[in-house]
Amino acid sequence: MVFVIRRLLQALFLGLVMSALVFAGIFAVGNPVDILIDPDATQAERARLIAQLGLDRPFHEQYFIFLGNLLQGDFGNSFVYNRPALTLILERMPATLELAFAAIVIAVVLGIPLGVYAGLRHGTPGSQAVMAGSILGFSVPNFWQAIMLIMVFSVMLGWFPVSGRGEVGTFLGIRSSLFTLNGLHHIALPAINLAIGHLALVIRLARSGTREVQAQDFIRFARAKGLSEPRIVLVHLLRNILIPIVTLVGMSFGGLIAFAVVTETIFAWPGMGKLIIDSIRMLDRPVVVAYLIVIVVIFIILNLLVDLLYSLIDPRIRLDEARQ
Amino acid sequence: MSLLQIDNLQTHFFTSAGVVKAVDGVSYAVDRGEVLAVVGESGSGKSVTGLSVMGLIDAPGRVVGGAIRFDGREIAGLPNAEMRKLRGARIAMIFQDPMMTLNPVLRIDTQMVETILAHRAMSRSEAWALSRDTLGRVGIPSPDERMRAYPHQFSGGMRQRVAIAIALLNKPDLIIADEPTTALDVTIQAQILHLMQGLVEEERTALVWITHDLSVVAGFADRVAVMYAGEIVEEARTDDLIAAPRHPYTRGLIGSVPSRNLRGRRLAQIPGGAPPALNRPEGCRFAPRCAFCTEGCERPQELRDKVRCWRAAELPEYAEALA
Repeated sequence: MVFVIRRLLQALFLGLVMSALVFAGIFAVGNPVDILIDPDATQAERARLIAQLGLDRPFHEQYFIFLGNLLQGDFGNSFVYNRPALTLILERMPATLELAFAAIVIAVVLGIPLGVYAGLRHGTPGSQAVMAGSILGFSVPNFWQAIMLIMVFSVMLGWFPVSGRGEVGTFLGIRSSLFTLNGLHHIALPAINLAIGHLALVIRLARSGTREVQAQDFIRFARAKGLSEPRIVLVHLLRNILIPIVTLVGMSFGGLIAFAVVTETIFAWPGMGKLIIDSIRMLDRPVVVAYLIVIVVIFIILNLLVDLLYSLIDPRIRLDEARQ
Repeated sequence: MSLLQIDNLQTHFFTSAGVVKAVDGVSYAVDRGEVLAVVGESGSGKSVTGLSVMGLIDAPGRVVGGAIRFDGREIAGLPNAEMRKLRGARIAMIFQDPMMTLNPVLRIDTQMVETILAHRAMSRSEAWALSRDTLGRVGIPSPDERMRAYPHQFSGGMRQRVAIAIALLNKPDLIIADEPTTALDVTIQAQILHLMQGLVEEERTALVWITHDLSVVAGFADRVAVMYAGEIVEEARTDDLIAAPRHPYTRGLIGSVPSRNLRGRRLAQIPGGAPPALNRPEGCRFAPRCAFCTEGCERPQELRDKVRCWRAAELPEYAEALA
């Protein structure tokens, strides 16, 4: 418990630092006034608008006003849409989350068995084929791969829709396209596109972990006990290779949420990535800041989950002790 | 007919550098209620012999020749599925490093219960109770609690006790113990030896005790087989071997055990090191290090009268040689 509280305090501090950095960064990028105000507006109108947005005040004042509002849960209104920035982001978040989730599931569900297989059958043609595939997987540029996927599976074969999110279903109060067939049909290609690079990494980690653990005495002892091969692999080996994979998955998930921009753009997936790119272009300060803070919070939560998972997987890792 | 009878066993490793003949024609037998110590230095093939019996030789290694007869049945080259039924049930093995043989992420009860369930039709709760009782038998205090612990919560000696308990679970006919006390403190070693001795006597289990430490053997093993460079060089009853070793290598080994009688004298040692497995002498493999080496030793040596030395009979008595 001490561990969780300490981590939350750390997170708070991290969020604060992050907000200052982002605020200063976007301040340096440009003045939104130039884009937001009609060039034909009179000087008086300009001055009124600038004062209304608070852009006439010095930087630190602007930051503290922002921070004050933030503490009350107010991320400010989007300059462009004139709606609360947080609402805008949260509206788009489910689409991005489901895409990232689908990609991670694909990467793990395919990656671990393939990696373990490659590790157990090291040196065989099957293992070498898996490894060659994984090298290809993370070497191919994501955007090109996306275009190829669309060309082959949507345009030429016509198996999947070219773009868009499809129908959204509701399950346990969660609205997601993962709950309808049409939605799954739409998410397949973008999810695969996002998954391939991470799939390749999971394969490599699972393989190297398998080879390392396989040589350990406890695996030999498990054999000497007369256990069946599936039991040895699924229980004795698998749990020992999970730690690096959990780390990777945690980090990947954050990365997928934050940087799904390319895939979202190509597949016209209405997620956060598209929103943030537009907002940066329009210098829509509140949205960018709110987005980055949301991302930071997501990363912090994921990190916390990963650490908690560690202690579940490996009893030797005791969180409270380790941090003292 | 002995319980385990190995005849001219050959286990080779096919590496890119050449064929390593780790076990090169080893024969020994052990019977119920008997303790056979297999003594030799690292690389002599003593562990590989044990693993061959278990059918646990990994590629690039392979049993290429010889026979392993267990309870009247040939088990060398048995399909893995058949071998699995024997392993952990009728033949159990204990390994050297107790830190490494238990899976660090599984609780003790999981690792024990699975051993029973792999071989016997028994309910989980029965298996659990049997595991707990066995844990108690090997001298682990409050076994009920300790069943739920993880390996890292045990000391080295206690972990080896757990490993022994696991080996005993299915009442095996034969236990192969591969240097089980080497990684432990001397006091703990003595405890484990005493424990094993008691358990083996109780159950009339055959025990093959692989070690590099002759001092462990005395008063514990019934017979000793000394291995050198993939071969057995001498086999004898323990008392005879210690009182009157015949092979020059055995003499060297016994001479190099520190003892109270030899206080103040320089500890004897065998000059040189074991020959590399890929490049062994053509004749007697011990010849380059042997103090008694003469002409005629460049011939390969046969095991005659349980000694692999053609001069064994004419060498001075060990007791005389000491004086």
